[in-house]
Amino acid sequence: METKKMALIATKGTLDWAYPPFILASTAAALGYEVQIFFTFYGLQLLKKDMSGLKVSPLGNPGMPMKMPFGPKWFKEINWNMPNAVQALVPGYENVATSLMKQTIANNGVATIPELRELCMEADVKMIACQMTVELFGFDHVEFIDDIEYGGAATFFEFAGETDICLFV
Amino acid sequence: MNFDKELDARGLNCPLPILSTKKFLSELTSGQILKVIATDPGSVKDMQAFAKQTGNELLSSAESAGEFVFMLRKH
Repeated sequence: METKKMALIATKGTLDWAYPPFILASTAAALGYEVQIFFTFYGLQLLKKDMSGLKVSPLGNPGMPMKMPFGPKWFKEINWNMPNAVQALVPGYENVATSLMKQTIANNGVATIPELRELCMEADVKMIACQMTVELFGFDHVEFIDDIEYGGAATFFEFAGETDICLFV
Repeated sequence: MNFDKELDARGLNCPLPILSTKKFLSELTSGQILKVIATDPGSVKDMQAFAKQTGNELLSSAESAGEFVFMLRKH
């Protein structure tokens, strides 16, 4: 049987949206797929050596529950919805939301983003950084992890054109 | 049922039970049996899908006291 292939385009650079490409890629690899991810625009943040700057923002995101990852059950179940105007005015609101999210992730036995990326690397998922956006954002190759390639849209299509699954995240 | 290796995936969430199952199976030889214990309710459906797509046989899938026990025979 011929090896199945999957190509992903990762365009988001937040802690929450870092999950779909790495979860899909690592799982597909475990199922025997050959996988490539093309990181472009904000998705480039997911290839940085230091990913501690990845954050989650509840601002303008009405789908995001704001619940506490600690305390008694009744307390954890409260949804602390805040008006956008308040969120925007409170300094460090995003940092607080990010650390609460990280605690929730740990409480639920969900892998961290660095762990998932490492699992992808171990499974030979090929990662390509969009050279155009690297330059556009003024990034330097030294900021990114080793073992990745740099290329453009044509590089993406070379592999994507032969895939069974192709997704834009 | 006898088994050759056991994977304790308790407390792990998607996709870690599947990724570790794959890792553990790669350390076995064809025909050997892996026992997996998980607490992620999503792993029931995922383990079936994993077995179907990779050719490893899911011999059994059972639940007791909030834990899921799978027996897989390596392809």
